[in-house]
Amino acid sequence: MRAIGQRMLHLVAVLFLVSVSALILVDLAPGDPALEVLGPEASDEQIASIHRELGLDKPLPTRYVEWVGDALHGDLGRSFRTKLPVAHEIRSRIPVNLELSALALILALLVAIPLGAYAAHVREGRFDRASSGVTSLMLSSPPFLTATLLVFILSVKLKLLPVAGWTPMTEDLHQNLRHVALPVFAMAMLELAQFARLLRSDMVDTLDQDYILAARAIGLPRRQILFRYAFRPSSISLVTVAGIALGRLIGGTVIMEQIFALPGLGRLVLTAISGKDIIVVQGVVLFVGTVYVALNMIITVVYAWLDPRIRALTAHG
Amino acid sequence: MVDQMVPPVEVELVEPTRAARNRRRQRRGRGRFAFGFATGWLGLCIFVSVFADLLPLKHYAETPDKGVSQFRRKPGFRLDEPLGTDSVGRSELSRVIYGLRVSLLLALGAVTLAMVLGVAFGVTAGYLRGWFGRIFDLVTDTLLAFPPLMFLLALSAALRPGFRTLTISLIFLAFPTQAKVARANTLTFASREFVLAARAMGAKSRRIIVREIMPNVALPVMSVSFLAMAGLIVAEGSLSFLGVGIPGPTPALGAMVADGRPNLATSPHLVFVPGIVLLLTVFSLNTVGDRARAVLGLRELAA
Repeated sequence: MRAIGQRMLHLVAVLFLVSVSALILVDLAPGDPALEVLGPEASDEQIASIHRELGLDKPLPTRYVEWVGDALHGDLGRSFRTKLPVAHEIRSRIPVNLELSALALILALLVAIPLGAYAAHVREGRFDRASSGVTSLMLSSPPFLTATLLVFILSVKLKLLPVAGWTPMTEDLHQNLRHVALPVFAMAMLELAQFARLLRSDMVDTLDQDYILAARAIGLPRRQILFRYAFRPSSISLVTVAGIALGRLIGGTVIMEQIFALPGLGRLVLTAISGKDIIVVQGVVLFVGTVYVALNMIITVVYAWLDPRIRALTAHG
Repeated sequence: MVDQMVPPVEVELVEPTRAARNRRRQRRGRGRFAFGFATGWLGLCIFVSVFADLLPLKHYAETPDKGVSQFRRKPGFRLDEPLGTDSVGRSELSRVIYGLRVSLLLALGAVTLAMVLGVAFGVTAGYLRGWFGRIFDLVTDTLLAFPPLMFLLALSAALRPGFRTLTISLIFLAFPTQAKVARANTLTFASREFVLAARAMGAKSRRIIVREIMPNVALPVMSVSFLAMAGLIVAEGSLSFLGVGIPGPTPALGAMVADGRPNLATSPHLVFVPGIVLLLTVFSLNTVGDRARAVLGLRELAA
């Protein structure tokens, strides 16, 4: 329990640093945001009033305290381009990211678990080699390339799926699924390759253990050995990596949103960056960092539940 | 283990068991073709990158004066434009080679610097532990808490685009993993007998770090560097795909894929040529990196 507590404390400290760097990072941006809004002929008073509005006239620590204090109340400020509250913008876009990430993660796990387990079972056999070759190709394809190739095959050549566009799930589930299919496939590709390889290598180690030999010796069926006795101890690093992957997927759909014209967080950031809309960038960076840290907290707990030995470990380093 | 966030790649040296040794022996036989191909391809890449200016290539920004017939030519077995031309008639072959050169140079530069910084900080953190180790953990975990691409995008908004700033951004991306590998390995080596022996003979901390620990940590960190380079090439490709990479007219593979997308139905080669080059390069770096890790007996904790 102590190790878990220390880990949580560490994660809270990480969260603090994330928020500080979000504030500083965007502060480093060249050019005055006031000039971006007003144009080069702005008078000094106009610039000063924008600065007041954005709080730029106050010292950094004060701004930090105010910004985080508001953020804790769910207020991330207003975009000075669209005048919309940032928290509202994030809330209206996050369903897109959540749907894409969750579906991609589920699809990746559904394919990777049987694939990795079977590859470990027939290790060094033909199936294992083929899957190793295919997954290493999948791991080597940058997401934008995977997505473009999928568009070429499934949309341009076979005309099965729409090239781009978005329908909210609440409007038309069928159309919604047709639109998310390609980005989900493209996102799942990379993750499933990673998961399958990881599970295979951990499972190969587990299958060498004496208790598996004992299970085989008493004649338990193969499927039961693989999924009932070998899977849980082999799945520990998979859980960690899958949790981290979910965090990465939620914040990392920029490319897919750009290719498939999806209204998610990534597009919000891209437009905010080109428009020097610092408040929006800060807000999204803080939000995504928080999601990542929160997921890590959950992983810590699940991890301990999966492997009781970890609970006994004291923290090192 | 619980007290550190697991980065995408983390490896540490473990004592090889008999099973692991057997497995490694088997692995060496398998994938020989892939490894041969990977080294061959990387050799070719390095050759064309180094000698790009001496090769009989058209300039990457040169547009033909003959007219529309030269636009979007398909690849074919001919001496003139074997890889075809793009929408304004520029040579795909030349653009791919120069784009690849920029990618490799950026990735190599960033990885080398990240490796130096990573070893310096990682070894110190692993050796001193205590406060320095805690701060080190905090900083690396914070860097890892941002999704890579969003992190790069935010940095690209803060820094003016160019070769130097792009290298700096990529260093930020590669540093935490390299440093964590260095730290994890230092932790295992710092308690080994030869370090103990050196200390018993009265060696100072500095000497132990430089003479005993660094040489042992360098190899695993270098083996991770191939994988890191592959990751950086993907990241750089993604940035240029989004239009915030190396500014034109210098060609970039990611930007070439993005430019080819509108004509995907009629001229797929505009996507496939730079795409396949990118894929093969990343694949080769991954393959060589995996092999380096296997030969060194490094355990794969995460793919």
